[in-house]
Amino acid sequence: MADTMQFDLVAPEKRLASMAVRRVQIPGAEGEMTVMPGHEAVLSTLRPGFVQVDGPDGPHDFVVTHGFVEITGDSVSVIAERAVARAEAHRELLQPILEEARSRAAEAGPEHKDAAETFVADLVHLIDRMD
Amino acid sequence: MPSLKDLKLRIDSVKSTRKITKAMQMVAAAKLRRAQEAAENARPYAERMDAVMGGLAASVAGLDSAPKLLRGSGADETHLLVVMTSERGLCGGFNSAIVREARRHIEARRGAGKTVRILTIGSKGRDQLKRDFADLFVGHVDLSGVRRIGYDTALGIATGLIAEFEAGDFDVATIFYSTFKSVISQLPTPKQIIPATFDADGAEAVSGYSFEPGEPEILADLLPRAVATQIFTALLENAASEQGARMTAMDNATRNAGELIDKLTIQYNRTRQAVITSELIEIISGAEAL
Repeated sequence: MADTMQFDLVAPEKRLASMAVRRVQIPGAEGEMTVMPGHEAVLSTLRPGFVQVDGPDGPHDFVVTHGFVEITGDSVSVIAERAVARAEAHRELLQPILEEARSRAAEAGPEHKDAAETFVADLVHLIDRMD
Repeated sequence: MPSLKDLKLRIDSVKSTRKITKAMQMVAAAKLRRAQEAAENARPYAERMDAVMGGLAASVAGLDSAPKLLRGSGADETHLLVVMTSERGLCGGFNSAIVREARRHIEARRGAGKTVRILTIGSKGRDQLKRDFADLFVGHVDLSGVRRIGYDTALGIATGLIAEFEAGDFDVATIFYSTFKSVISQLPTPKQIIPATFDADGAEAVSGYSFEPGEPEILADLLPRAVATQIFTALLENAASEQGARMTAMDNATRNAGELIDKLTIQYNRTRQAVITSELIEIISGAEAL
């Protein structure tokens, strides 16, 4: 089996990364998951968190907030609504998103309330982990 | 017969118009390149989104558990037309073509006894539609302060639309924008966005996956984003089309100005010759009379 797989990270406004990788760690909807080549095909939504990649030229980290990931045996495509390289990410970038998410959670109807509040909690957790 | 001075003034004025249209054409060309780049960059995301959503939508089609955004409100009474045009003029028939397409739909829907509402994005469409359909307007999105169209702009519009849909303000929403074919060809396109529609060719793509969380949850989570993505794509296409149309229009204007200058210059030279000739005749006949 090949020891690398194709990794793509695309955001609405541009493609952030496209490379052959050995390992990807993704903040999936039901917990962090580490994907290696030959992984079972999975379609999962993302929570706000870090995507960590073992690329050909060392590790790369990205911050993502929302979107989904499509995993097949030989490729991982992260389709993220907002994504930035970890080095470029800072708290001020996420603060407005957090505020908006908070106000949305406050207004959300009963059926969306849980999801909106989870999103806020994940964002807060993410911001806490940033330097 | 205009005097020499008038002709000179006229030529100078057309020359400065040509300079302006030439400059506008070059600016449009530069902006077009940027707009095309933006559209290009946005394509992978939109394509993935469409393919996955198409597959998911196909697998829950017809189920009662399908989200309302996909299923529709069950009625087909109130139609919201979202008309996207530019904020600025001088781009040939770009805005008129979109408005014409929208107008055709308005008449058709009204003819079928449906209620029609209009939301405009971009002031040119508002100006044109307001004349005949002022009573159908429900809102206007002003993009004149937006220098670069970002995903957030589209997300804002989508969130607003979805909230209105959930509140039952309309049953079907269609966006009108221009698809960028080439610099000389832009195609006014209507596209239904609510209830959400996806290109059917992705329908098989998602079988064989395991889903986290379940399929319906993923669908509910992603649908609003998919709608936003479609609006974003339309906005970018429209921006590229606008610059393409402006480039062509200004190219034509520059050429016309050039032709006009040539014509006026010939007329100017003839008149000058005629003046010289008549002066000579006057001098010669004056000398002969002596």
